[in-house]
Amino acid sequence: MDPNPGAPAAAAEADRSTRLVVNGDPLDWHEGMTVRDVLKAKNYIFKLLIITVNGTLIPRGAYDEAPVPAGADVKVVHLISGG
Amino acid sequence: MSTTTPDYTVRTNYTDNLEEMRAAHKVLLEVPFTASEPQRGYNMRSLHIDLTTLTVTEKKVTQEMVDTFVGGRGFGLWYLWNATTPTTKWNDPENEIVISPGPIAGITQYPGTGKSLVVSISPLTDIPIDCNVGGYYGPLLKFCGFDALELQGKADREVVILVDGPRGVIRIEEAPLEPADSHICSEIFTHMYAEGPTDLKNVSVVSAGKGSDHSLIGCLNFSFYDAKRKAARLKQAGRGGVGTVFRDKKLKALVVRGPVIKADLNHVADRARIQKVGSVINKEIHDLDAEQCNMKRQGTAHLVEVMDAYDLLPVNNFQYGNHPDTKNIASWVWDKRFTQGIPDGCWYGCTMSCSKGADGHVVKTGPYKGDIVTVDGPEYENAAGLAANCGIFDPDWLLEVNFYCDTYGVDTISYGTLCAFAMECWQRGILNAERTGGLDLSWGNAESQMEILHQIARGGGFGLIAGQGVRKMKQIFAERGWGDMQLMTDIGMEVKGLEYSQYQSKESLAQQGGYALTNKGPQHDEAWLIFMDMVNKHLPTFEAKAEALHYFPLFRTWFGLHGLCKLPWNDIEPANNAEQAEPAKVPEHVYNYCEIASGVTGLEVTKEKIIEQSEKVYNFQRVFNLRRGYGRREHDWPPYRSVGPVTPEEYESRAERYDKQMLEEIGVDPAGKPVEEKIAITRKYREDRYRKLCDAVYKRRGWTTDGVPTMETITKLGIAFPEVVELVQKNGG
Repeated sequence: MDPNPGAPAAAAEADRSTRLVVNGDPLDWHEGMTVRDVLKAKNYIFKLLIITVNGTLIPRGAYDEAPVPAGADVKVVHLISGG
Repeated sequence: MSTTTPDYTVRTNYTDNLEEMRAAHKVLLEVPFTASEPQRGYNMRSLHIDLTTLTVTEKKVTQEMVDTFVGGRGFGLWYLWNATTPTTKWNDPENEIVISPGPIAGITQYPGTGKSLVVSISPLTDIPIDCNVGGYYGPLLKFCGFDALELQGKADREVVILVDGPRGVIRIEEAPLEPADSHICSEIFTHMYAEGPTDLKNVSVVSAGKGSDHSLIGCLNFSFYDAKRKAARLKQAGRGGVGTVFRDKKLKALVVRGPVIKADLNHVADRARIQKVGSVINKEIHDLDAEQCNMKRQGTAHLVEVMDAYDLLPVNNFQYGNHPDTKNIASWVWDKRFTQGIPDGCWYGCTMSCSKGADGHVVKTGPYKGDIVTVDGPEYENAAGLAANCGIFDPDWLLEVNFYCDTYGVDTISYGTLCAFAMECWQRGILNAERTGGLDLSWGNAESQMEILHQIARGGGFGLIAGQGVRKMKQIFAERGWGDMQLMTDIGMEVKGLEYSQYQSKESLAQQGGYALTNKGPQHDEAWLIFMDMVNKHLPTFEAKAEALHYFPLFRTWFGLHGLCKLPWNDIEPANNAEQAEPAKVPEHVYNYCEIASGVTGLEVTKEKIIEQSEKVYNFQRVFNLRRGYGRREHDWPPYRSVGPVTPEEYESRAERYDKQMLEEIGVDPAGKPVEEKIAITRKYREDRYRKLCDAVYKRRGWTTDGVPTMETITKLGIAFPEVVELVQKNGG
């Protein structure tokens, strides 16, 4: 018998409150986090990006201010470049 | 490196003895011709020159050729197919070099529209190679009246071939005195055949240098006259040794003199249609380039630090993906070193203007020591291959080796990769000072890298071995008992005999296929899928990867059929691209290409037609490989270095990633296992996935499980010619 049947759900909830998901991978979240913070944390320096936060497209000029809530699903699509 | 910008008009003059050189010329053949201008992108004739018999023949381009092969690379493959037999070797007289610009080449209303395609049997791969190159030669040839030039046979002395459109003459001249090296002979021949200063821009020269004489990695330099710099600049048909074939035919240079370029020399079907999309993309480049790729200031060198940040920059023969000293060769270095503010397009009207040049380089070594030259580049591939992949992070040395590769006619990509291989052989004791003739090939030794290049040009020393390319180096080292063939096969970065271009594919299965499943060998111009696969995770299944490895190689083949540059497709992006359904394809630019192709030819080209046109040629090239005894599954097998970690150091450098994969994907707990065992487990898993990728890609492409186009595929594509059918059936298709 599972001694603590609610633990996985609670852990997942706790996880959602402290983390987010970027391109399928978890990333630690902090209060006031912006899209720019996510890019810095992931070292995503490429310029041709398309970014959505929970399905909402973030305009390129708004990365510095656009908030990323805890538990967010962030997609950072890198386009193709180069010779 | 100097931080001040040199005077971009100051360089060593090489034309002082021009009249003496001209006087030494002897006309071997002179043939008049009637110059013409293309209609709707085509002249419907081509030029064949036999250097053995000194004969010049005009050929009719048939509508069937246009319908099936379009132009450019397609015409090149078709002519080469007809000129050669299954056993023709690269240095047999019947091997050809075919240069064809394609129907769109030469328009001036859209960026990146002046390309020539070069096709030949490669000395490195023994199969057809195709190169896409800028410079003015192809468009000017077309505006003289020819959709393609076939060069066959071998001259018995050094010759230059002049096609002079305004004078209506083709001349083959003995040219004994001009140096072969391209930075000199391009300058000399440009001035020799131009009729005064205003005519310099109407002359283009194709040449290869002394490095092409003694190696299998020779490239061709196509010139364009830079009126601001007052210099003949160079663009390279780099891959596969086409320069080696050129010099083997005793060609010193091809020269074309064309008409003054005007807006509609192609006599297109609907110019307004082209202008409309041209004005849109030109505004995009004007408004957005600086905040996107910054091509106008940095060219493709903008990618150096990007690749480093994503662990994709090849370091020390593709062992690693980044290095702390990358900052020394990063885009900001080149932003300062390139001359800014002057047009750098390699064809008229190209607002992307990314053919950057580093002026005022004072040559440090070799026969031109002390000369002041303009270095064309470095582009990303040169910075990555000649520098980072060899552990060299010095921009001055990079300029030096870039300059000499170009002028010697040596492919920078192959040279970078083979030097990296030799340096790793040194690291692992396969090579030592006794075996290299005293050269120390430690990582980062730029002087030795330069000396090998000079040896190649001189035709001596270790350079004679190195210049044969990675595949032959492996064979030679194994035959001499210097190293284990299995290890060298794992770390020697070549497929089909061609050296890899400069991206780490280890962590992207799709890109492993993007390299090894190419027709000509591992060049990134078919597919660059690393971000899509590894970072975006948009290709989670074998089927999704296979779809990308169907679409992108075909889409990108299309540029080579039409005389187009790939860069304006996706190195600039419309402001609203993010809102499109498939932004990675840059749908607005695909639409633009449909518009300009339709506008030039009058044939309605849709995005589906793009794929259809390419698929015919792509499959024909695969069958061409079959004809030559290649083109099956066994020939698509990559070196393990491109798939996963070969050595314990490599595994440890990314242990977290590999251990995680072992635990989560393979289902094996890596804890407590020795690194050698973990390497073996990872290798088995990754090689199995590569096999499954091949299965999926072959199926999507309409090929058998052995990688042979099926009868159904070639019939559907309209390329079921008798010999094609025979080859396909013989190979189980």
